[in-house]
Amino acid sequence: MFGLDNKDTRMLLVVAVLTLCAPFILNPFPTDSAMAQFNAGYPDLMQRFVIFGIFAIGFNILFGLTGYLSFGHAAFLGVGSYSAVWMFKLLSMNVVPAIMLSVVISGLFALLIGFVSLRRSGIYFSILTLAFAQMSFNLAYSVLTPITNGETGLQLTLEDPRVLGVSATADGSIPVTNLFGMEMRSTFEMVVGPWAFQFNAGYYLCALILLAAFYLSIRIFRSPFGMMLRAVKSNQQRMNYTGLNTKPYTLAAFVISGMYAGLAGGLMASMDPLAGAERMQWTASGEVVLMTILGGAGTLIGPVLGAGFIKYFENIFSKINDNVLHGWFSFMPDGLEDFVVFIIHPFIGKGWHLTLGILFMLVVVFLPGGLVEGGQRIAKWVKGRKNKDDSASATKTPAE
Amino acid sequence: MDAILLQILNGLDKGSAYALIALGLTLIFGTLGVVNFAHGALFMIGAFCAVTLQRMLSLSYVVIDETQKDFLGNPLKVKTPYVESWFGPEMGGAIIDWAVPLAILFAIPIMITVGFVMERGLIKHFYKREHADQILVTFGLAIVLQEVIKYFYGANPIQTPSPEALSGVANVGALFGMDIVYPVWRIVYFFFSVIIIGGIFSFLQFTTFGMVVRAGMADRETVGLLGINIDRRFTIMFGIAAAVAGLAGVMYTPINSPNYHMGMDFLVLSFVVVVVGGMGSLPGAVLAGFMLGILESFASMNEIKSILPGIDQIIIYVVAIIILLTRPRGLMGRKGVMEE
Repeated sequence: MFGLDNKDTRMLLVVAVLTLCAPFILNPFPTDSAMAQFNAGYPDLMQRFVIFGIFAIGFNILFGLTGYLSFGHAAFLGVGSYSAVWMFKLLSMNVVPAIMLSVVISGLFALLIGFVSLRRSGIYFSILTLAFAQMSFNLAYSVLTPITNGETGLQLTLEDPRVLGVSATADGSIPVTNLFGMEMRSTFEMVVGPWAFQFNAGYYLCALILLAAFYLSIRIFRSPFGMMLRAVKSNQQRMNYTGLNTKPYTLAAFVISGMYAGLAGGLMASMDPLAGAERMQWTASGEVVLMTILGGAGTLIGPVLGAGFIKYFENIFSKINDNVLHGWFSFMPDGLEDFVVFIIHPFIGKGWHLTLGILFMLVVVFLPGGLVEGGQRIAKWVKGRKNKDDSASATKTPAE
Repeated sequence: MDAILLQILNGLDKGSAYALIALGLTLIFGTLGVVNFAHGALFMIGAFCAVTLQRMLSLSYVVIDETQKDFLGNPLKVKTPYVESWFGPEMGGAIIDWAVPLAILFAIPIMITVGFVMERGLIKHFYKREHADQILVTFGLAIVLQEVIKYFYGANPIQTPSPEALSGVANVGALFGMDIVYPVWRIVYFFFSVIIIGGIFSFLQFTTFGMVVRAGMADRETVGLLGINIDRRFTIMFGIAAAVAGLAGVMYTPINSPNYHMGMDFLVLSFVVVVVGGMGSLPGAVLAGFMLGILESFASMNEIKSILPGIDQIIIYVVAIIILLTRPRGLMGRKGVMEE
């Protein structure tokens, strides 16, 4: 289907089902139950899942395929957000021109940064991208205040011109983002017995774009272009010696992944029309690196999994507090219960980043392929030892 | 002229911090070939050693003093630090006052231990893996260390004053026949870093141990073939590099109240410094550290900002980009280090 082989079609379908049914899947607990606070099926969080999924897919096209570790990818996300908000301010509240502009602008920005940064490789490339991103962040905070509104962040106001729209709605408030009239924040709630499922227009827009982005990334992975990028990763020197100029390929990958980041930024602004400089900070760049590595760099589905995993557990963990823990461990004798809660306490609530850091280190040390490799290992182990010989001969070693 | 000298002074103390951290980074990179993204965290741990010592020294017990009454006539509760009751009020007071310099002694063993544990426990396993993996695992470690500190010390900056004798200002301009008033502690910091840098260089230059380490940096395999356990020496160098970062952090606390993310803030800049100086070059790291510190403070002069607005925010990055593109090896980079 769509020029994909069976395996890829299946993967695309799985992702499609997962994203389109997310309001059901993420809402397993009835609204009134004590566990309801662990439901993740509300629009704001689901939007974040898919938006960061897009961001990570884009990052993976660069890092997973070419091996160039960019530590400044959040800059493109920030640029995308700013351009989208400017579009809302100047043109109209329709998200289509905003998203298109954010992709174009961040693509141009990536072309500029990539052209310079890609003259170096390895750690120098990481430092250069980091330097560019920090530079953009610092500029957005200080000199570019007329464009970025500095520390406050860029927001919509009632005085904005909005040539094709209205500056203010009839009742004097700021108009909301829409897709040809369909408001992004409009949510349809379906109540089934004790459950309430929310279907949000903005989420479904993001989800459809995620599917398109995912499909495109499959095509890139399977194309001769993707093959060339993988060759760059395995041995760039040899590529150069065969007389091939790798620069256009890596630059194209960089620009594509920058455009993905811009798309994510534009979507972020479309869901909530404001943009701040902190989106460009290097910790934000670090986050997308975490997502991609955790899921599995260089695999198709890894980044999506990683983004979903991090955002989901960030949400869950930060909601667990001592009272919840006491509730869970109340079957234990008192002293032991307090002790267990005391041990777990640093890792929950605000300590989520500690858990994330430890998890990330464990993945880098033991599972360089991320969650995807973990899944494959488990699958292999489950399949059992009967075809042990097959699997031994099937493991390919890359040619060096 | 006064303004220029003042900016140089301003640049020197920031530059000293950059130089010290970059020196440690380069030591680790030059010896072990590992890109250590957790080095900023070591700087931060050093700063929190100072905080810890200060808190330990001011541990107090409470006595009810019947002779003093508050305005309601109740006896006052007087807090007396243990140190004061052991050494007498004067001596004890002085010890608490000098907590930050004393923390140097406290921090050295801690930092060396932290360095050993880090190298033996984690980084050892990453020698054979790609630089990207090394960056990632140390980045993860930096997050963990940062969060642990945040858990124990909270997210707010903690005031850690310098000793009273060194907390004032001095007229350094008098030496040059000018009138420039400058905080004493920052001058102390500069001289401290010069001493440390000098110590490291002479250690490497004039001791047998240092000679072996330099030989190992040049050709690790041959040194190993000569029957020298180069790995152990490199581990010790890692400990020393950690101690250098830690001491830079200890002495920096009075200049900037330590908080849990100070390491990350410095790390990005120190990496830029290392790259500008040239990967693997110790003099390059020091030179670039001071140079960028001074450039940064010049860029923040109002005269310059009025011509190029915002230049103070980005000068370091601009310099780094220009240098990387024109002199890929950095200012004093060695041939064959990290070149593809």
